[in-house]
Amino acid sequence: MSRPVTLSNVRLVGGVVAARAIARLIRTLGRGGGTSAPGLVAEWIDPAMLTRLTSRLPHGSIVVAGTNGKTTTSRMIADVLTAHGHKVVHNRSGSNLVRGVVSAFAAQASLTGNPGGDVAVIETDEAAFPEIVRLVRPRLVLLNNLFRDQLDRYGELDTIARTWKTSLASLGEETTVLFNADDPGLTAITRDLAAATIAFGLCERKHTLQLLPHAADAATCYACSADLHYSRIYVSHLGEWQCPSCGVKRPDLDVVGRDVELAGVESLAMTIDQHGESDRYEIGVPGLYNAYNTLAAVAATRHAGVPHETVRTALESFRSAFGRIERVSYRGRKLTLALVKNPVGFNEVLRMLTAATGALTVPTLIAINDLHADGRDVSWLWDVDFELLARGDGMLGATGLRGADMANRLKYAGVAEDRIRSFPTGLAAGLDAFVNQIPDGEQAYILPTYTAMLEIRKTLADRGAVETFWQQ
Amino acid sequence: MTTERVVTIAWLYGSKMNIYGDRGNVLALAQRARWRGIEPHVVVVGIGEAIPPESDIFFFGGGQDQEQIAVSHDLTGAKGAAIKTSVEDGAALLSICGGYQLLGHEYRPHDAEPLPGIGLFDIESEAGTERFIGNVVIDSQWGTLVGFENHSGLTFLGETATPMGTVQVGRGNNGQDRTGGAIYENAIGCYLHGSLLPKNPKLADWLLSAGLQYRSGEGDLDPLNDEIEQTAHASALQRAFATR
Ligand SMILES: [Zn+2]
Repeated sequence: MSRPVTLSNVRLVGGVVAARAIARLIRTLGRGGGTSAPGLVAEWIDPAMLTRLTSRLPHGSIVVAGTNGKTTTSRMIADVLTAHGHKVVHNRSGSNLVRGVVSAFAAQASLTGNPGGDVAVIETDEAAFPEIVRLVRPRLVLLNNLFRDQLDRYGELDTIARTWKTSLASLGEETTVLFNADDPGLTAITRDLAAATIAFGLCERKHTLQLLPHAADAATCYACSADLHYSRIYVSHLGEWQCPSCGVKRPDLDVVGRDVELAGVESLAMTIDQHGESDRYEIGVPGLYNAYNTLAAVAATRHAGVPHETVRTALESFRSAFGRIERVSYRGRKLTLALVKNPVGFNEVLRMLTAATGALTVPTLIAINDLHADGRDVSWLWDVDFELLARGDGMLGATGLRGADMANRLKYAGVAEDRIRSFPTGLAAGLDAFVNQIPDGEQAYILPTYTAMLEIRKTLADRGAVETFWQQ
Repeated sequence: MTTERVVTIAWLYGSKMNIYGDRGNVLALAQRARWRGIEPHVVVVGIGEAIPPESDIFFFGGGQDQEQIAVSHDLTGAKGAAIKTSVEDGAALLSICGGYQLLGHEYRPHDAEPLPGIGLFDIESEAGTERFIGNVVIDSQWGTLVGFENHSGLTFLGETATPMGTVQVGRGNNGQDRTGGAIYENAIGCYLHGSLLPKNPKLADWLLSAGLQYRSGEGDLDPLNDEIEQTAHASALQRAFATR
């Protein structure tokens, strides 16, 4: 059934061939996952390659965007679609700029320009979202949330919301936009679209916050600028909101998540109502933020026509994406790694780690780098509520290029100075010095930023503790 | 027998003007007072709310465009005048980025009406075409100050303005004249996020001392163990020079 090589295919094929060759070369040379350099070459050879490949997918593309949770959510969706018998094209390694998406397609496409699957799941970076939407013309757009992230990379939140709004307005009625209605900002930019919209959100009594956390954004009304009132707050500025001044409120939900049960750093369960059905889901990822990811993935895959039994079974065996939450045994110690990349995500990780006792009792190493992919500005550490850690007696270590800033942040959060340890900034040395402080057989937490996570994971992999991610 | 020492920190528009971790400055002032047995009162002053007369130290951070417009309107009239009078009487003030711009004469955006400021600093700001993003090192009367800038606004000093220091790394006020920030009486404005005060403790204590002096005529401060702060300062300096 392979497509004949026609003249119009020649440039496309050239791009695919070049990208695949380079991906192989880079992997052979061991320079990393080889996840975005080939895309750069493919783009240079044929910028329209992505459009042509995605237009050949019989079931179209699902684009997943949002500050937090997009990697986990898109992995869940891809797993469910695969379980349903689809052959999925997915930028699974998390390279979510245009280049990374092109790479993923180049790696999977046949040399004749066949996309190598029947449906695509595309995770996109906030900044790349408009360009990806323009190139891909997705069948379904999933918007998880919009939080303050690394502002030196993405520009201010207002700016992202504006570019997203313009991009969404360009979609026609053949596209469906599935959005988190607990986010007032997403609700604002999904109003009056030509595309169909589906609202999802939580109706949850147990897991609420008393106050909007400091890192919360967009707590003002999009219609009249008054401060919004929340009857329930779930994560950051996500919740049941309404405007006390003009009456605008969270839209009616098409898909509702409720009765969330959180089991520490292990798993969660929740009930999801849609199309008049209620189903209970159990899933091997922890924390309320993953309840949102589960809700989004269920809504997306049910919309794509997957029966709920298949969704439920596929999600039951789901485990988190690399580095998001991982448990590793290293030199007899039980290490739990959780990626931290912005204030909201960090707050949710702290909330999860302290949920059982209200304090952090397990020794914890925080690894902060300031390379491009981490955000070069470490100011965001001051937007995280480390004050939560002032209680408890666990050791808090700091390492990484900006470990000293982290130690200082802990001091000003009111953590007793004898609990704060500064480890070497080099991550391999920092990791070992920290692990030396943990008794054999005991557990510890490691909370790295993105590049720190890559390096720690590589250190662990080199010593046989975990597999490297591109071999998954 | 000593009387209870108290310092009041007025956090201007704390709920709206708080991007890039600027609350670290308020935490630094409050904690450095508390560690010396001085009780900090932090009062967030929102839109439509009057300046508390007991304010000793003002903090004014940066915000997003929409918020900056609302804040500019709120500052015109009695509220801006009250801040100006307090500073002229000796109150301390730290302003960063958007807050700094609004304490000058005006801010001129690309495609909108100029936003009036309160004219505390003899400076004018305008929208630039390039965004200055990166680590900053400034030589100042407090030694090196280190932080992170992220602004497209350009600030130019008027004839009576004094720069806070000279830029060693980064772009500073405007990327042209190597001036960084401005100082007037005990008021400071600049583009340094980071947060600025926690890793520049000398500047934090200078503001704290000025605020206490203004309140009670007694600005002396006991020394603190600043080992962690100095390490953070040194490491930030090292990263600034390494990534310049
Ligand atoms: Zn309203």
